[in-house]
Amino acid sequence: MSNQGKMDCGRRRLIVATAAVGGAGAVAALVPFVSSLLPSERAKAAGAPVEVDISKLEPGQMMTVEWRGKPVWIINRTKDMLETLTKLNDAVADPKSDKEQQPAYAKNQTRSVKPEIMVAVGICTHLGCSPSQKFKQGAEEGMGAEWLGGFLCPCHGSTFDFAGRVYKSKPAPTNLEVPPHVYLTDTRILIGDDKKGA
Amino acid sequence: MKKFLIALLFAPVMALASGGAVHLDKWPGSVGDKAALQNGAKLFVNYCLNCHGASYLRYKNLLDLGLSEQQVKDNLMFTSDKIGELMRVAARSDEQKLWFGATPPDLTIVARARGEAGNAGAGADWLYTYLRSFYRDDNRPTGWNNAVFENVGMPHILYALQGQQVRNHETHKLELAVPGQMAPAEYDKAISDLVGFMVWMAEPQQEFRQKLGFGVLAFLALLFVVAYALKKEYWKDIH
Amino acid sequence: MAAGNYEKYKSDGSIGGNVLEWVDARFPATSMWKGHLSEYYAPKNFNFWYFFGSLALLVLVIQIVTGIFLVMHYKPDAALNANGVPIAFASVEYIMRDVPGGWIIRYMHSTGASAFFIVVYLHMFRGLLYGSYRKPRELTWLFGVGIFLVLMGEAFFGYLLPWGQMSFWGAQVIVNLFSAIPVIGPDLSIIIRGDFVVGDATLNRFFSFHVIAFPLVLLGLVAAHVLALHETGSNNPDGIDIKEKKDEHGIPLDGIPFHPYYTVKDIVGVIVFLMAFSAVLFFAPEGGGYFLETPNFYPADPLKTPPHIAPVWYFTPYYSILRAMVWNFFGLDAKFWGVVGMGASVVIFAFLPWLDRSPVRSIRYRGPITKVMITIFVICFFILGYLGTLSPSPMGELISQVCTVFYFGFFLGMPWWSRMDKFKPVPDRVTMK
Repeated sequence: MSNQGKMDCGRRRLIVATAAVGGAGAVAALVPFVSSLLPSERAKAAGAPVEVDISKLEPGQMMTVEWRGKPVWIINRTKDMLETLTKLNDAVADPKSDKEQQPAYAKNQTRSVKPEIMVAVGICTHLGCSPSQKFKQGAEEGMGAEWLGGFLCPCHGSTFDFAGRVYKSKPAPTNLEVPPHVYLTDTRILIGDDKKGA
Repeated sequence: MKKFLIALLFAPVMALASGGAVHLDKWPGSVGDKAALQNGAKLFVNYCLNCHGASYLRYKNLLDLGLSEQQVKDNLMFTSDKIGELMRVAARSDEQKLWFGATPPDLTIVARARGEAGNAGAGADWLYTYLRSFYRDDNRPTGWNNAVFENVGMPHILYALQGQQVRNHETHKLELAVPGQMAPAEYDKAISDLVGFMVWMAEPQQEFRQKLGFGVLAFLALLFVVAYALKKEYWKDIH
Repeated sequence: MAAGNYEKYKSDGSIGGNVLEWVDARFPATSMWKGHLSEYYAPKNFNFWYFFGSLALLVLVIQIVTGIFLVMHYKPDAALNANGVPIAFASVEYIMRDVPGGWIIRYMHSTGASAFFIVVYLHMFRGLLYGSYRKPRELTWLFGVGIFLVLMGEAFFGYLLPWGQMSFWGAQVIVNLFSAIPVIGPDLSIIIRGDFVVGDATLNRFFSFHVIAFPLVLLGLVAAHVLALHETGSNNPDGIDIKEKKDEHGIPLDGIPFHPYYTVKDIVGVIVFLMAFSAVLFFAPEGGGYFLETPNFYPADPLKTPPHIAPVWYFTPYYSILRAMVWNFFGLDAKFWGVVGMGASVVIFAFLPWLDRSPVRSIRYRGPITKVMITIFVICFFILGYLGTLSPSPMGELISQVCTVFYFGFFLGMPWWSRMDKFKPVPDRVTMK
């Protein structure tokens, strides 16, 4: 009754066919299980785009809104602040924003749609802490005399300029992320989606 | 305490007395009729959602009825501005309890809850008959009673559409005493649409579920053919 | 066929072979594979009824896998959410609607619960037909009865979790059964509930039992059931011992290796089962209101009993026996005897190996009395099951009392009727009909 050496061609072909069809079925059966691990409709609803009114945001001020549970900064940059950006081109790691940390429409010197309004996810690209504001130039906030203003991550000391660009030789590998966003009106921004009317 | 427990144990005995059978009209609609479902959604949002939640359903689900996002936002969303939100009642349930004496039940799955063992469509039939069986009764605090749901707490919300029915004391049949905005046939169609929406929202994926089922069965049939051939091949050894 | 008598794997020099040799020297891989599959000799005459053992194992796997995924989203919490719905109840609807693929997983689990009992009942009936519980397989049978009991507990605890009206009132009634036990009863039912009514504490402990304690015990019992079976070897529709006729290598003449012969055969059985399972899952997930009872689409309301409460179908035969007991005996009230009757009707299966006194195992070689008795028993089981789904009525009560008498008569009379019955001589070798 031994089946050794009896593995003829027809039998082998049937084994392969059954295994192939059965295997395809097993993979298909995995679909609901794997997809159940994805964010649910509730999570998606909580992560829906957020509308922000920036009409009261004074020049030089920053506001923070929550989107997908993360802080999103909106900074109304003054002319002085914007001028620091060109000066820092040699000091930051990715001055031209070549790494995909922003939508195409924010890949420019100011990393923004409107030059003065900066929108960025306030999460350090190193290990996920939220950097703190060090807006004052010079040593006043403990940043050394050379400091032109920006952000310092309290966890591991990464520093960022007013466009969220990371300084050279810091632990954070990339610039801060610019989320997809769109101006619904001059003073209303939709964060999380860049198609109008969504 | 002991008596209470015994009473619980024999609750089904007492239940028999209250389970009177009422003839139910067959719901004439189907969940495949998108236009009817859209109309039902409009009726539900305008007349039911004020007091009853549909709190397991999201406005986003309404897109499956063939509506665009803008249509949903403009015509069906009054309490919320986010399409991903659940269709909640504006009022809080504890406040409603103060106003009405009881919290109006959530209606998302009421079409399934009103079903019967052995008769899956009974929930739709019950709703279809119930919503057409309100009649004037001055003994009730709301002024309304219902032939299917005796001493119901809810007044007849749709009376402007249906008009006012009264119950004939001899035949116990309902008769239309004061006509409403809709002719009887028109009203029946509106209720059929509303019930269709309620059947749909009790399980929005029901049509997809059946489609998927055909695919799965077809696949298993194929697998059966191959596996059966394999079994035959091996078992020709055995005599 | 005990493990350990097999030669260890010798590598053919390939990397895979070397790894396997290394593992096999440290772990009984070869001996388990051979002992339980490729050199486990099963009788070659298994028929349709022999599919249900492997199918039960399949359903167990389905329940465990779907259960693991459901626990990721389900919340055992009786408190009300902002919409005034219990969180546990809302989390089930959340799985059905908001979790991608969640509805398939949930329907698999709810359909699987009923499928488990269908398969297990047919598996037990097979044992009854062919005397599979008889010596030397008593322990296999006892482990099986243990599995059945644990499965009933598992199903009962699981049924509370959706926190619908049937969940709540079903648990309320069953837990109150324990209060019928004299002296300790009332305190016992409070200990089970952890509260004076079924409440959040009950829900959480039932959740713990359902997802941890009972599955662990169940898996252990299933392993013991299979090990005990493989120690004695499988019975077959002829009820004769294939080990009595062996060839020169000590292999039973009527035995064939489980793998590949029964693996390829069981695969076919699995596919047919999955077709039936999918038909329910995709086209009638409520099982006509018997698999998912309609009142369970209302959230639990401790102030309002639904007009008609019945246990899920797989408990209804025993529930009917409970309701059939309406007399007070020995100063103890009917409620107590109902509980005793219900418990006894389940536990009595364990005594079958010692109640059956027939000289042959299989119904094929037994006389008319056995056939009539088994037929009556099955009919009574179905009638009791059907009556258990209905509201009580005087007529139903009388019928269920008659059926209860037959039910117990079948078991308690077995030592006599099984010996009285005629029997035919059994064949030497198995027959392939």
